[in-house]
Amino acid sequence: MTKMTGARMVVQALKDQGVEVVFGYPGGAVLPIYDEIFQQSDIQHILVRHEQAAVHAAEGYARSTGKVGCALVTSGPGATNAVTGLTDALMDSIPLVVLSGQVPTFMIGNDAFQEADTVGITRPCTKHNWLVKDTADLSNVIHQAFHVARSGRPGPVLVDIPKDVQFASAAYTEPKKARTSHYQPKVKGDAEAIERMVELMETAERPIFYTGGGVINSGPAASQLLREFISATGFPVTSTLMGLGAYPASGEAWLGMLGMHGLYEANLAMHDCDVMINVGARFDDRITGRVQDFSPKSQKVHIDIDPSSINKVIPVEVPIIGDVGHVLEQALNLWKARGRKVNRDGLKKWWAKIAEWRKVDCLRYKGSETVIKPQYALQRLEALTKGMDRYVSTEVGQHQMWAAQFLGFEDPNRWLTSGGLGTMGYGFPASIGAQVAHRDALVINVAGEASWLMNMQEMGTAMQFGLPVKQFILNNERLGMVRQWQQLLHGERYSQSWSEALPDFVKLAEAFGAKGIQCKDPADLDDAIMEMIRYDGPVIFDCLVEKHENCLPMIPSGEAHNKMLLGDAVATNAIQGKGAALV
Amino acid sequence: MSALQIKKGSSKHSAYDLRSHMSDVMERHTLAVLVDNESGVLARVIGLFSGRGYNIDSLTVAEVDHQGHRSRITIVTTGTPQVIEQIKAQLGRMVPVHDVHDLTVEGQAVERELALLKVAGTGEKRVEALRLADIFRAKVVDTSLESFVFEITGTSEKVDALADLMRPLGLVEIARTGVAALSRGAA
Ligand SMILES: Cc1cc2nc3c(=O)[nH]c(=O)nc-3n(C[C@H](O)[C@H](O)[C@H](O)COP(=O)(O)OP(=O)(O)OC[C@H]3O[C@@H](n4cnc5c(N)ncnc54)[C@H](O)[C@@H]3O)c2cc1C
Ligand SMILES: Cc1ncc(C[n+]2csc(CCOP(=O)(O)OP(=O)(O)O)c2C)c(N)n1
Repeated sequence: MTKMTGARMVVQALKDQGVEVVFGYPGGAVLPIYDEIFQQSDIQHILVRHEQAAVHAAEGYARSTGKVGCALVTSGPGATNAVTGLTDALMDSIPLVVLSGQVPTFMIGNDAFQEADTVGITRPCTKHNWLVKDTADLSNVIHQAFHVARSGRPGPVLVDIPKDVQFASAAYTEPKKARTSHYQPKVKGDAEAIERMVELMETAERPIFYTGGGVINSGPAASQLLREFISATGFPVTSTLMGLGAYPASGEAWLGMLGMHGLYEANLAMHDCDVMINVGARFDDRITGRVQDFSPKSQKVHIDIDPSSINKVIPVEVPIIGDVGHVLEQALNLWKARGRKVNRDGLKKWWAKIAEWRKVDCLRYKGSETVIKPQYALQRLEALTKGMDRYVSTEVGQHQMWAAQFLGFEDPNRWLTSGGLGTMGYGFPASIGAQVAHRDALVINVAGEASWLMNMQEMGTAMQFGLPVKQFILNNERLGMVRQWQQLLHGERYSQSWSEALPDFVKLAEAFGAKGIQCKDPADLDDAIMEMIRYDGPVIFDCLVEKHENCLPMIPSGEAHNKMLLGDAVATNAIQGKGAALV
Repeated sequence: MSALQIKKGSSKHSAYDLRSHMSDVMERHTLAVLVDNESGVLARVIGLFSGRGYNIDSLTVAEVDHQGHRSRITIVTTGTPQVIEQIKAQLGRMVPVHDVHDLTVEGQAVERELALLKVAGTGEKRVEALRLADIFRAKVVDTSLESFVFEITGTSEKVDALADLMRPLGLVEIARTGVAALSRGAA
């Protein structure tokens, strides 16, 4: 066994875990690790401009590659800055290993300089965390950390490493010899339950697949199986925000996203179905609306690797605990073996019903020749980038929902968005993480101007590392989503929901040495977008859009799926009563 | 509800199947949680309960296997059947947790709690306190001319009952360990 310092062990363990990139920011408590990073060239270090961005970038890297993302921060403020990113990754099941420096073990508890109780602070926002007090444990813990981050329901973990532990020497443990503990979540589904699922599928008159982030988490093979299952059965499919791309948007069975800002046909099909097959989604409140009225006529199957997701919100008849890929394979094989039965007559009528709902054309909006409608901007962006090797991240707000509605995703891992926590400031660093992983791809962050300002310092990172990320800002000079809720709920009293004193985005880009483009005329839009795509370097695209456009359709909070507000709805004070207390 | 959510190894006699999942009835359950005895593990468990708004009626923890670094946490909690199932699933998915046993549904269990009660008084009340202690098989572990400290072991209900009776007789302080519990029988 080789003896080495704790700091060297960190770098060795990362290499042995296949880490190629670390997003980080140095400080006193991680200097020994930075010194080791300096002396090697296998792992690239991307210096961010804020630790929150390091974690979001690692998330973007992880989501776009399916690998574990890695970030490195110093003690105290470095660690506390990482908290939002950790919470975001926990909510969205993103596998991350975050390493933080800590004051030396003998000073812990003394309010030492830049001391924070990092494991205490991050306990509720990580899947697991460790404070390593002995160098002899360090490599083993780092290997465990990777194992926990990627196994079962993925999530962020944190390893807190005091500075004296980095300096001291001990024997290094290789990944193969590491104790990956008893933590081995079950991946295969119960055969009896799978049989019940298949039975339900064989007779269902109005079935629907409701897919989620778990399909993406499970890996590309799971998406492949899902596609095969859907084309073989002819069942319709909808997805949550987190699962977009698992089934291709161009696929015949695609109903579009469901939920609060989902498509009319998807939500009505969920409401009226008789068999619902939830594949790796968690019945989030953006999906269920009023729980009592959620899909009242259906028998529900729920495939999820996390037992705590089952029956948490909606009780189901057939729970299947296991990995999406494994369970779908088991179910598909059984369904084939039993003779590939479906209820053809039922399905035909079901699709006819869906066709009627589709006629409502719920995404329609009033076009304009004088001002750019945000929906139009995204339609053009979609048309002009379709078929390219494209990754899209978003910030949080109306633009995020419009992006989900108007952009089409053909493959998994191409769509990076903050769903569970809804973190403004996620999109820009996430686009950086994706671009680092896919140097030659077109990486676009669809942003609102307010969200974008939250991590705009990352322009420095994009420039330094030559990352040609495109910041496509739908600038409505409003905190649009907040303004929309104030219109729906608070009599158009727009308290603090506008963006004043905005920077000149073109000049801002230029100040960093990047390219700035502003566009306000719909007639110029295509050319401007092409200019953005063709430019070999980071671009800030300031797209001035209609200021008071509402994001519709929308299920008002606390309402049932069949109570959607459509495009021509009168929005003012549309949410009242009990729903007003919900977010 | 199907039986499939029950962890392998938990009892077949479980009444779980029969309970309506969405019932509003509050149930009291005793959970035995076997965990790695690593630093912070208790904080994790307690943080889970406070963070998700679950009740803790009683919680005890001690190392039970020194060599294997295992501790046993016994938690008494109340909640609707759905909440109880959530608590078990949430505990079960924590990395240092090896096993969660719901002693309330997995057949019969013995539950015991130890309490120390200090009762101060003189004359007739003092005599009455001693008599009651005797009936409850509580031991005198400390005595002065004006006080007793009684030790009682039993179910929480028994401890409650003695405390209620001692109150008018001069109960000044009580210290309780919380519940320790084991399933009955060989398994
Ligand atoms: C402003 C705003 C508006 C929103 N509006 C909508 C909306 O209209 N519609 C919408 O859908 N969302 C919307 N969201 C997102 C929403 O908040 C949730 O994040 C999202 O719906 C959750 O997606 P999911 O159910 O796929 O679960 P995820 O959070 O992706 O969770 C995945 C589930 O799959 C399980 N899982 C993980 N890995 C595996 C595996 N290998 N095998 C099996 N199971 C696995 C996990 O245990 C978990 O239960 C909105 C967010 C914001 C910020
Ligand atoms: C960090 C953070 N703070 C506050 C919010 C609440 N919030 C949700 S959307 C939104 C407005 C976003 O405005 P903008 O980025 O301009 O996007 P738009 O809705 O206008 O498209 C706010 C403030 C949030 N999601 N995240």
